[in-house]
Amino acid sequence: MFHVNGLSVRDRPALTFSLQAGELVCLSGPSGSGKTQLLRALVDLDPNQGSVTLNGASRESLPPTQWRRRVALLTADSHWWEVTVAQHFNRFDEQQVERLGLERGVGDWLVERLSSGEKQRLALLRLLANRPEVLLLDEPTANLDDANRRRVETLVRDYLEETRGCCLWVSHDPQQLDKLCDRRMTMTTRGELEAA
Amino acid sequence: MTTLSMLDLSIAALLVLALALTARRTYPDLARQLLIAAARTAIQLTLVGLVLKTLFANVSLLWVALMAVVMLALAGREVMARQHRRFTGTWGYSIGVVSMFISSFSIALFALVVVVGHEPWYQPQYAIPLLGMLLGNTMNGIALALDRLTQSAWEQRAVIEARLVLGHTPAEAISGIRQQVFRSGMIPIINAMAAAGVVSLPGMMTGQILAGAPPVEAVKYQIMIMFLIAGGAGFGTLAAVRLGVRRLFDERARLRLDRLRR
Repeated sequence: MFHVNGLSVRDRPALTFSLQAGELVCLSGPSGSGKTQLLRALVDLDPNQGSVTLNGASRESLPPTQWRRRVALLTADSHWWEVTVAQHFNRFDEQQVERLGLERGVGDWLVERLSSGEKQRLALLRLLANRPEVLLLDEPTANLDDANRRRVETLVRDYLEETRGCCLWVSHDPQQLDKLCDRRMTMTTRGELEAA
Repeated sequence: MTTLSMLDLSIAALLVLALALTARRTYPDLARQLLIAAARTAIQLTLVGLVLKTLFANVSLLWVALMAVVMLALAGREVMARQHRRFTGTWGYSIGVVSMFISSFSIALFALVVVVGHEPWYQPQYAIPLLGMLLGNTMNGIALALDRLTQSAWEQRAVIEARLVLGHTPAEAISGIRQQVFRSGMIPIINAMAAAGVVSLPGMMTGQILAGAPPVEAVKYQIMIMFLIAGGAGFGTLAAVRLGVRRLFDERARLRLDRLRR
């Protein structure tokens, strides 16, 4: 479904891997090994070489705005630029909000009122509102307690099942890696990928 | 018109000297800068006076055009020098020059041909001061706007990229910054127009009145100049911001801060 062939950023090693429909692949590795850099290159945020295709369509064949709606990146820190929460959403889904343990009516809240954990969960919902086919999640549960971490994991799993999309999930949590993913990859300090 | 002697100018210069002497202990750097700037004013204006005297004596389109190009080149350099994080390579210089050329030159030409209507239209007595005032004010607007644009893009990189990854276009991702940037470029002329005649008497009008022109005629010229400056600064800033934003992103809608000097 999602094929990456010889992708390299600056002087980093070229990477080749694929994600299949419905698959959730976890990516771990030491800090500074280039995991975030890889995710940024996949959404074409930094200049890079190599080929990336989604269901046979290369990213160059699509406008960058469309590519990033279909291949969506959730960064480790979320950023907000409007005044209220709902102003950041294409479509604000109250049901999904409740599924993530957030209060009904959070859409009307001022962004400054949100905690870091609430921001992280809402940033995920904001991303899913675009209905992407590939999810690239950079430590999406880093600021969450156990209950909310489970909610996020379940939501992503259900989303993949429903849409038959795929997900590359960066995590440092060994328990999460064991329980959550269909397959694991590790990035070495030199920036190479190894199947784990 | 009462002419000024060298003695008159020296007496005025004593004021600057007195200020520098007073400030030299507490603000030594500023006192030095003040004296250098005052010396530059005297030398540069004397030189330009001599150039204008020659130009006025030999009315020629070629000489006026040459003077205009030199003024544009120097204004372009000034715009570049005033930016903390300017664009690298020739872009750092050319964005300012192209924007000033588009706005100041076309508006000066329009004013000389349509509004002033003197024969010949390139009469240096009108063309050079008009272009000078337009370029000076447009330069300020463009320099302020470009400095704010590049600095804001640098500081708000995370927010811009957060919008890009959600599938926003570069124009959408930078829209908030763009509004502030245009505002900062236009504020000086908007303030000047709002305060004209109430808080301050504009320099050109005061100069004409001191030189013996009837106040009503001086006022008419001043109004025309302010409208031209507003147009020049506005269109120049619009062009510079447009070119700057285009340069900040590449063809794959990536924010390219590597195109700015660190």
